[in-house]
Amino acid sequence: MPLTRRALIGSATAAAAALSGRPARAQAPVLKIGVLTDLSGPYKDIGGPLSADCARLAAADFGAAAKGLNVQFVSADHQNKPDVGAGIARQWFDRDGVDVILDVPNSGVSLAVSGVAKEKNKIFLVSNAASSDLTGKACNPNTIHWTYDTWMLAHGTGAALVRSGGTTWYFITADYAFGHALQRDTTQFVNAAGGKVLGATKYPFPGTNDFSSFLLQAQASGAKVVGFANAGADTVNSIKQAKEFGIKQTLAGLLVFISDVHGMGLPVAQGLVLSATFYWDLNDRTRAFSERLRAKVPSVRAGMGHAGNYSSTLHYLKVAAEMGAAQAKASGAATVARMKAMPTDDDAFGKGSVREDGRALHPCYLFQVKTPDESKKPWDYYKLLATIPADEAFRPLKDGGCPLVKS
Amino acid sequence: MFAFTRAQAIAFAVMVALILVAPTVLYPVFLMKVLCFALFACAFNLLIGYVGLLSFGHAAFFGMGSYIAAWTAKNWGLSSELAILAGGGVGAILGVVTGWLAIRRQGIYFAMITLALSQMVYFFCVEASFTGGEDGIQQVPRSPLFGVIPMQSDMSLYWLVAVVFLAGFLLIHRIIHSPFGQVLKAIRENEPRATSLGYRTDTYKLVAFVLSAALAGVAGATKSQVFGIATLTDVHWSMSGEVVLMTLLGGIGTVFGPVLGALVFGSLETYLAQFGDWVTVTQGAIFVACVLAFRRGLIGELAGRLGLTL
Repeated sequence: MPLTRRALIGSATAAAAALSGRPARAQAPVLKIGVLTDLSGPYKDIGGPLSADCARLAAADFGAAAKGLNVQFVSADHQNKPDVGAGIARQWFDRDGVDVILDVPNSGVSLAVSGVAKEKNKIFLVSNAASSDLTGKACNPNTIHWTYDTWMLAHGTGAALVRSGGTTWYFITADYAFGHALQRDTTQFVNAAGGKVLGATKYPFPGTNDFSSFLLQAQASGAKVVGFANAGADTVNSIKQAKEFGIKQTLAGLLVFISDVHGMGLPVAQGLVLSATFYWDLNDRTRAFSERLRAKVPSVRAGMGHAGNYSSTLHYLKVAAEMGAAQAKASGAATVARMKAMPTDDDAFGKGSVREDGRALHPCYLFQVKTPDESKKPWDYYKLLATIPADEAFRPLKDGGCPLVKS
Repeated sequence: MFAFTRAQAIAFAVMVALILVAPTVLYPVFLMKVLCFALFACAFNLLIGYVGLLSFGHAAFFGMGSYIAAWTAKNWGLSSELAILAGGGVGAILGVVTGWLAIRRQGIYFAMITLALSQMVYFFCVEASFTGGEDGIQQVPRSPLFGVIPMQSDMSLYWLVAVVFLAGFLLIHRIIHSPFGQVLKAIRENEPRATSLGYRTDTYKLVAFVLSAALAGVAGATKSQVFGIATLTDVHWSMSGEVVLMTLLGGIGTVFGPVLGALVFGSLETYLAQFGDWVTVTQGAIFVACVLAFRRGLIGELAGRLGLTL
């Protein structure tokens, strides 16, 4: 057969169409989820590898593959440097086709990633950062804040503890913006609930290891509650030293995770009062969730930040399945808008919703750490003191100053 | 005018060619970060490599430059070149204060004074309201160059960063090879002798210190334009340590060494990010290997083998 130019072009086009057409039919668009967390630093225990495990569990529980969603995960360590975090986020969005970034402990890194997500019109589901600015003056249409924030922690511990009899307070505060904010917010709730703040002492941050003089002042104040407006290793150190001094007052940690309690051990941590939105042994659903996670990661239990990653990933996948993967990838803001419209429901947090400023709403619980005698099994640490319903647990919409909220 | 040796001219041409070609292969934001760190390391090298002063407080100049550029760009809407100059200016002012105190001592005492002063700057940044504490200054707009040329796209910003870096690099090269630079090297080799020859060595050291601090400020300011943030990371003492590591890795007292050091260091930080702990472990291992096996650094070793000055 003589090969004419037309025949050649025709067959080449047909071959090209056949080659390009086949993979397009076989593959649904990939939904890529990036878990950006602290894998090497102080927040490794509240985020770290378990965050990615929880996100994967959400995809498995949802049955993403059976529903035709092709979900992939990547993870990276932001090293607690906002520039590294923002750099990875940019590269993920620009080059690696990531649609959603999860977790991101450390408020500085989170605020940076939130800005990048908005610029690139992708999605940021933050679960492990404390700053309530993420749904306040720094809110944007591409970010949803899950799990907790400073307002909720201060409110939960402050107001609920006053109601259960802790009417006079003394603060030991880390002398930087985060510590000041926690003290200021908690003071406001203590006063509003009819309690009284007798005094406060600020210690230099970072670098304070000896809390004795601050603890003695707290003891001398005669306040019923000593509030620790600090986080991480400082909280652990100050509570340990409070025990060593034999301080009998109620100790209230304003930002304490179950991994901190696990690290301190019950003999030290017993009696400590704290707020959280998730505890693995809270009800049948959280226990079921924890059992499924335990099959994958036997040694540790999820903290609230981890559970937040599970919950947010599950909610995202539900919306993506409803919209179709291609639609869900097209515009981050549009997908987030759908996520706000759909009520949330999962084993970790139960039924909830996402507000227009990007705040995910779920109940908040006031817990007290058990004594070693009360604890019957591994990780049996908390007993429930009070439940704050979802509509009261978080900052009222109008007070946040989020530009997305039309008054 | 720049008094390049033949080998240096070739190396410079290769470097410029790589800067031109690299963004087609590698991610531009990553390259911009490397260029900012390279300028920072070159500025640091001006002091350690050519005056023999080990400053352990360069994070203060880098970080303050970054904060000032971010703050002025965000609140006053300064165009990018003015924001970068403002960052450099603040670096220079801080350099005058720090240098005036620190150059009175040598060796470990010099390092400790610079470290102490930079820690004071760090705690100032933790407390001051304009820095935003541990949240930092966030969402700084990429302001247009000269107020007119938009800088939104990564590529246009890349060329600006490349120009800033090359200008800083050539300035440092020019300083080193000027009569002023010769005096600096004389001070490095034997300060009493330089004094006996009639040079006011303190003045020379102070000027070198201020130049180094100003360029570090420019590097920090440029970085804040790239990422749109300025945070405590940049003023933390570990940043002072990282710049020592970059310079040491590339080769102290070589013109090109710090650039290569910054590239290697930045690549580790970025491409090992998915492996968690391995970033710090690898950095430490490289530092140990460098000190034990090739003390002159990558470029220093290469130049030594080839008998060249790079």
